[in-house]
Amino acid sequence: MTTENTTAPVAIKRPLLTPFNVIAGIIILIGLPLTYLRFTGGLGAVSNLDNNNPWGFWIGFDLLTGVALAAGGYVTAAAVELFGKKEYHSAVRPAILTGFLGYSLVVFALLYDVGRPWRLPYPFFVSQGVTSIMFEVGACVALYLTVLFLEFSPAALEWLGAKKLRRVVVRLTIGLTILGVVLSTLHQSSLGAMYLIAPSKLHPLWYSPYLPIFFFVSSIAAGLSMVIFEGSLSYRNFSDIMDEDHRKNRNRVVLGFGKAASLVLAGYFAIKVFGVALGNHWHLLSTPYGLWFLVEMIGFILLPCFAYAIGVRDRNVKLIRWTALWTVLGIVLNRLNITLFTFNWQLPADQRYSPHWMEIGISVFVVTIGVVVFKFIVTHMPIFYEHPDYKEAH
Amino acid sequence: MSTSRRKFLQWMVAAGAGSTVVKSASAHEHFKGYPDSYGVLHDTTLCIGCRSCEKACNEVNDLPAPDKPFDDTSVLETKRRTDAKSYTVVNKYDVGEYAKGPVFRKFQCNHCLEPACASACFVGAFTKTPEGAVSYDASVCVGCRYCIIACPFDVPTYEYDEALTPRVMKCTLCEPRLKEGKLPGCVEACPMEALTFGKREDLITIARERIRKYPNRYIDHIYGEHEMGGTSWMYITGAPFEKLDMRTDLGVTPAPELTSGALSLVPMVIGVWPVLLGGLYVISKRKERMAHDEKTSAVKEAIDQTQADADAKLKAAMEKARKEKETAVEKAVTKALADAEKERGKEDK
Repeated sequence: MTTENTTAPVAIKRPLLTPFNVIAGIIILIGLPLTYLRFTGGLGAVSNLDNNNPWGFWIGFDLLTGVALAAGGYVTAAAVELFGKKEYHSAVRPAILTGFLGYSLVVFALLYDVGRPWRLPYPFFVSQGVTSIMFEVGACVALYLTVLFLEFSPAALEWLGAKKLRRVVVRLTIGLTILGVVLSTLHQSSLGAMYLIAPSKLHPLWYSPYLPIFFFVSSIAAGLSMVIFEGSLSYRNFSDIMDEDHRKNRNRVVLGFGKAASLVLAGYFAIKVFGVALGNHWHLLSTPYGLWFLVEMIGFILLPCFAYAIGVRDRNVKLIRWTALWTVLGIVLNRLNITLFTFNWQLPADQRYSPHWMEIGISVFVVTIGVVVFKFIVTHMPIFYEHPDYKEAH
Repeated sequence: MSTSRRKFLQWMVAAGAGSTVVKSASAHEHFKGYPDSYGVLHDTTLCIGCRSCEKACNEVNDLPAPDKPFDDTSVLETKRRTDAKSYTVVNKYDVGEYAKGPVFRKFQCNHCLEPACASACFVGAFTKTPEGAVSYDASVCVGCRYCIIACPFDVPTYEYDEALTPRVMKCTLCEPRLKEGKLPGCVEACPMEALTFGKREDLITIARERIRKYPNRYIDHIYGEHEMGGTSWMYITGAPFEKLDMRTDLGVTPAPELTSGALSLVPMVIGVWPVLLGGLYVISKRKERMAHDEKTSAVKEAIDQTQADADAKLKAAMEKARKEKETAVEKAVTKALADAEKERGKEDK
């Protein structure tokens, strides 16, 4: 990677037949026939979903994990725009972009999972089931996707040269950021609240009346960690188009977000312990599920919390980066524990669910589309650098 | 409209009208089901596992033919559950000391008084009718299958092989037949009167009466009277319910109450968050401005100081220059005068 040019070249010529493009192309080529199969043969043709296990990998990974990992948008925007942490300004646009793409992909993936995807607007326009937590999730995700689109639009408008419109949108920043935090609080927590209705199916160590709060707090840790993790991936691949501000503040973002993530994980660990205490489920800790719970609690919440703290104390950027990935995996584990591994824990093993390869295939396909679109946008629009015409704007 | 939805709407309206206290108090009244609604009592001590109910159900609901005929009782050897092609199944249980032979239990939608499916559905496709059935409207169903997640009795099923128009499939309590004045198909077909159709209140009385009369024959509990807030389909058995694969750990809380707390926080987040976040924004903005002001005043001070220093220096320099100039002029004048004197002296000579 070159580091000598500091100005932002808007269009760098990149070769077409890179390993990335070839692999992405192959995945997309596999995804198309799977899509065909899904919409001609039904869910049964591509998935292991059944009457006992109506939700599988798509809900567990694409929806619950996807939304948690896309939390970087609201976390970063709140830190910079509302809490005045201007030194992280360079992290806002990449975080908003990944948030926007993340949520778009969640909705895209849902088109595969729900039976009649063209009816997704029904809850809002045809028949409102307002007692449903899912109604809240749907309404908030739809609204938040709009907010993210507006938050992202200045970059696209700069690219398109629509100065007037851009000025209008930029003026909305504070309002949009607040609305974004409100909506994220609601739907991040509601994804956990969806499981409140199934106390008889989810293992008691994971079921808690606090589920919505667990989901919200862990989404903050997920968002912070994803910004760090994506930042290092982006630097590896796109440092040639990053501007001076972006490169200089890179480590400040890592240290600051690592510190915040350590604190949030500590709080998250504490409230999870309170959850066990509230249900008085201590005796379950010595069961096999209890050990698995401890693996999540200690191995993927407490240890990353310490690792972040040590990384920040020693200013060890590398350790913080690896801890970010570690934390992200912990969030993935938590969401999959709730949706797949401990859901229906009382059913005999032969009635439990494990994903069909085609379910995973479609998820990989969806994620790949996201990465390709991300790559297109960052190589064309001012994400990692300030557009030369709008430098004074900040 | 389902009860729970009505309650929530009531609550919303009440909150809007500012009379939350009065209305939400009424929303916490114990809902005992619609008055005079119907239900079915299943007495497992009378069931012989003949599968006549399954056959009748299949016929009256126009469901596809099963793999094995209904008079083939060998299917009872494996545990079955309902699926998109069968709204009800009968399973056989070995209960040991509690009965001489096997015990059979029929399984279908229990038609909860406050259904989890109806509470969970984000298009309100499920309705608890005043007559007793939990009915499903496929014309609004999106196919998200949250109802299947929510149902504590594992009842709703889904057409996984349907590509574009999958429906949730479950027992309807033969709602269309009830409207025609007929009995539910299964009840009509049962040769042993193991199924009794009637008003729910009457069924509870009947069940109590049987338990009172034959205390050795029955467990003293009507399953469904209070489970999950009560169901329209109820059971009395001679063996502990868990021996018949019936969950006894479900509690008596109606499903909608499990999520109503979380839902009630929504307006609070919408109301409180902007105030809090707006406040934080104002604080951070003020800090920023104060820092900015401090910086500018420091800079101004520095500039003023420099200016003053420079002015003083300039003044001193000017003074010096003026003095030097003066001296120079004086010198020049003196010199000129002296020169002139000299000149004049020369001329005078």
